[in-house]
Amino acid sequence: MTRAPARIVEFIMGDAQADRCVPPTGFTASLTLFSAAAMAFLAVFALALSLATGRLADRWGSELARSSTIRISAPEGQLAAQTEAALRVLETTSGVASARALGHDEQRDLLEPWFGPDLPLDTLPIPQLIEVVEAEDGFDPDGLRLRLAAEVPGAVLDDHTRWRRPLVEAATRLRTLGLFSILIIGGATAAMITLAANAALAANAQVISVLRLVGARDRYIAQAFVRRFTLRALIGAGVGVVIAAVAILLLPAAQDAGGFLTGLGFQGLQWLWLFVIPPLAAAVAFAATQAAAVKTLKDMP
Amino acid sequence: MIELENVAYSYGGGELLSDISLTLQAGSFHFLTGPSGAGKTTLLKLCYGALVPTAGHVTLFGADRREMDRDDIAMARRRIGVVHQDCQFLDHLSVNDNIALPLIVSGRDLLAESANLNELMTWVGLKERATAMPPELSGGERQRAALARAIIMSPDAILADEPTGNVDWEMSQRLLRLLIELNRMGKTIMVATHDLALIRAAKSHVQARVLRISNRRLQLAGADL
Repeated sequence: MTRAPARIVEFIMGDAQADRCVPPTGFTASLTLFSAAAMAFLAVFALALSLATGRLADRWGSELARSSTIRISAPEGQLAAQTEAALRVLETTSGVASARALGHDEQRDLLEPWFGPDLPLDTLPIPQLIEVVEAEDGFDPDGLRLRLAAEVPGAVLDDHTRWRRPLVEAATRLRTLGLFSILIIGGATAAMITLAANAALAANAQVISVLRLVGARDRYIAQAFVRRFTLRALIGAGVGVVIAAVAILLLPAAQDAGGFLTGLGFQGLQWLWLFVIPPLAAAVAFAATQAAAVKTLKDMP
Repeated sequence: MIELENVAYSYGGGELLSDISLTLQAGSFHFLTGPSGAGKTTLLKLCYGALVPTAGHVTLFGADRREMDRDDIAMARRRIGVVHQDCQFLDHLSVNDNIALPLIVSGRDLLAESANLNELMTWVGLKERATAMPPELSGGERQRAALARAIIMSPDAILADEPTGNVDWEMSQRLLRLLIELNRMGKTIMVATHDLALIRAAKSHVQARVLRISNRRLQLAGADL
């Protein structure tokens, strides 16, 4: 294990004499650089999508799961009494951390996006809302519904499960899709680099023949190609990551009003993931070129 | 050193060589002759392990060719210098680098070998052409460069396929003198050629065995040579 870093450094530094044996190939060099850059660019966005949806899923899964709402619909004269009764029930309910009735202004703020700022709230039969925050261990919603039904006939408990679950599921699936996209991008990178390596090996059949004639081992010949493609993938992916990082920085900052779309990107230590992509692309290129070179050299007479 | 025992080689359904037995002993000099298409190049390729016989056994430095893997063949090639008629250079490298190629692929320190390389370049008369690129060389210069590349590793044997095929008489004599000199240094030499005049010229300077391929078989050439 301790020799592995030394071998990686040795591989990157290479053998200048050995490198010269294989002529530079313009077409495959450009193809590899461009492919690696494009794939790294896409990988950064797939990773950003995956991380952003992961954050959403966590937020919806944890924050919303700990809050519920009780809606009280009662004739005007009984609304305050039923609200008081509901709060008393909640005070004695195990698993409820806090509960409070929303004020007049708060309810108007909630309705404003739909009805505008001039809503005459006093003249409308608006139900009273009570915000309930659960304790760590949570409460029993079915038990609370039974107690409310008995003591506060106009109260309806909404624990958000009905609409929270599909949102969390959607966010979780998006996160999986993002990770799957990264795998697809890795596979496509490997395929493109394999094609480029095969083209380079075929174009250099005469060179390989001469190298073999003078006593070069296949491992030596393969390494000349593998090193070249690995470094190109590393450089190309590095460029792609930098461009993608700049593009993500130029996206609008996360805002509540923008919701998911403005939250796409990285936060804090998540930016470090970007440093993983170029070495990963290089590793994919190394494996793909190594496999292509070994197979091609084996098939060559 | 290199031994062929009842070797046959077939390709595309036809037998090119049949029942060939040959031993290249250390320090020997062989000429291999025969008409074009007789199988001289095929026999040379069998001798340096580029081809596997379809029957019989080829032994390279004590190892059976069939038992040798790619690495073994590569190691054997470092002990056998090969000169092709078409030379086969890497056109993106200078003449000097092409000649040094066997040193490069075997991981030798070029700096430490630079004196030997210079000496060799002078010996084959290419010192002034060291920085030229292969396409800039004349036919004779290419052959001498190929010979220099073949012997840079100080191999035990040198196999040359029509080394004088593309050069004039004067140059072919010069190449022949180089090969004779190498043989006097103890190297095993085998030259495939259809140039009988070259063989006759050589026989006055070196004890050479002349072999002829005829009807897919190897024969000792007659007294006419």
